[in-house]
Amino acid sequence: MKGLSLQGINKTFGKVHAVRDVSKDIHSGEFFTLLGPSGCGKTTLLRMIAGLELQDSGRIILDGEDITGLPAIKRHINTVFQSYALFPHLNIFDNVAFGLRSRKVPGAEVNQRVKDTLDMLELGEMTKRFPHQLSGGQCQRVALARALVNEPKVLLLDEPMSALDAKLRAQVQIELRRLQQKLGQTFILVTHDQDEALIVSDRIAVMKDGQIVQYGTPAEVYDFPKNRFVAEFLGSANLFEGTYKDGRFHTAIGIFELEKPPPWEKGLIAIRPEWIRISDTEPAKNGLRATVTEIIYRGTNLDISLNPGPVRLRTSTYSRIKIGDELWLDLAPKEIAVLNG
Amino acid sequence: MDKLIIWYGELISGQKLLKRGLFFLVPGMLWLILFLVLPGLILVLVSFAGRGDYGNLVWEFSFDNYTRLIGYGLFGWTLDYVYILLRSVWVAVVTTGLSVLLSYPLCFYIARKPLRTRYLWLTVVIIPFWTNMVIRAYAWFLILAPELPFAKLAAFLKLIPPGAPLYPSALAVYLGMISMFLPFVALPLFSSVERLDWTLVEAAQDLYASNFRIFMHAILPQTLPGLSVGIILTIVPAMGMFVVPDLLGGAKYMLVGNLIQQQFGASRDYAFGAAISMALMILTLFSLYMYKRKNKGIDLI
Repeated sequence: MKGLSLQGINKTFGKVHAVRDVSKDIHSGEFFTLLGPSGCGKTTLLRMIAGLELQDSGRIILDGEDITGLPAIKRHINTVFQSYALFPHLNIFDNVAFGLRSRKVPGAEVNQRVKDTLDMLELGEMTKRFPHQLSGGQCQRVALARALVNEPKVLLLDEPMSALDAKLRAQVQIELRRLQQKLGQTFILVTHDQDEALIVSDRIAVMKDGQIVQYGTPAEVYDFPKNRFVAEFLGSANLFEGTYKDGRFHTAIGIFELEKPPPWEKGLIAIRPEWIRISDTEPAKNGLRATVTEIIYRGTNLDISLNPGPVRLRTSTYSRIKIGDELWLDLAPKEIAVLNG
Repeated sequence: MDKLIIWYGELISGQKLLKRGLFFLVPGMLWLILFLVLPGLILVLVSFAGRGDYGNLVWEFSFDNYTRLIGYGLFGWTLDYVYILLRSVWVAVVTTGLSVLLSYPLCFYIARKPLRTRYLWLTVVIIPFWTNMVIRAYAWFLILAPELPFAKLAAFLKLIPPGAPLYPSALAVYLGMISMFLPFVALPLFSSVERLDWTLVEAAQDLYASNFRIFMHAILPQTLPGLSVGIILTIVPAMGMFVVPDLLGGAKYMLVGNLIQQQFGASRDYAFGAAISMALMILTLFSLYMYKRKNKGIDLI
């Protein structure tokens, strides 16, 4: 099989079970993201793939070859480190050439490949500069070039954008996505930033306490979170607890219809704030009469809190809503996610 | 009215600040001028003087002491003094080199210890600092005595006659010098090793580097500040060291320090002693200059 296969990976540090029995196939050419809060084991998992940490049990298979026991220097995998870890005494060219020179690639080929990679990342002008003379964004691209020039089978990125400011980060995320699509290489990104994960990924694995709690495309994970953790970690969600009986879901604030009967009798449903529509008249199904208690102006939209609930909804800034207004909310059945826990 | 400035939070006039600075500076400056600069200048003058019949100074200007140093003596031309000078440089370089080689593993070993025991290990390294140099040299006498296994082993291997001690000898000088200077290299180096950013080592591993490349690119550049301090702290005093070579090397392995001591002591030839001191000082400055030139910029490879 082409791609990376993790099979039953476990890792403990003392009493902390950092990674619990993780198994996942990552397809070749896929942009795969490990998303989770700090301490969820995502970086440990990445370091085990890189060969910088040894798993307690489990196997790692790369393109059909078992690399479980190979050290980092024998794995055809390269890493972009969170701190970039550029060699401060080497200039940009020598930094990028490092991996090729370690493998004793002939000089002319080194020059060509380094030049091509630097040009691709628009660093061609910087070859003679040293890392301390570059900005954060440039350092990040050098770190990317230093890994990519080796043409790794898998590129690992350990929170590569955490040191960039918000505006640059948004730009770099899109560049990274485009670069990955152009190269068609397997990228594995570790991040705690849900926006970043949604923007760049083909597939996201949401991690919690060392386990993958949900896995799927960004739309699958965002639109239909499987549990409370995912619903709250990715974006924000209105969660309602209640019981399902007589084909309807009974909560403290009202009775709603669901698209499909849930697999439980007592449980949780979630609805994203931006999916709730405001209506002047009572909607045919799942209407909720509520009073506006708080309005937060966010430039691109308004975040509104309402009672009962509290229900949070997101609407355009055009709406002339004031605190104290009574509104009809439309919670369409097809937009309600049924959670498993 | 003098202009007021804010100096690290304190509102003060520039003139007052200058006065205060001078007040703190003057005692130290006086001390250095009286006890370092002046004696140094006197030494330069004395090195051009001559020796009277009773060991007194004769103030007639000549280069005799310097020509004697490079070998023109009463009994024709010998390079004895030049040999002693070169040997001193050699001993200092070897001592420093071996101390560095021994310090790296030592520092990494200690840096990897948990915080609780780390300072215990450091104390073990520092203890020689607290012990008098002469006492330590005599301690080597005991260790190298004929009755103990080291001398017996050497005698068994026919390196020394049976029943002889291992001192005075070049080996004893090196043993003494390295045990003397090891903490001077190890402690500054340790401060660098302790703060080592291991991510760079991981990056080098990730980029297929051999152990040699890992050391050259991920470890050496990071430990260079501590290493430089250690090397300078060792090579400069090691070149002029005389107690250890005197006790452990004796006449068998004379270094420039002993030679100078001899001129100012038994030989009572202050002028020649001053000339040798000048030569040593020039050698020291020259080696520091070479060291600095070699390490210019950050290109170490």
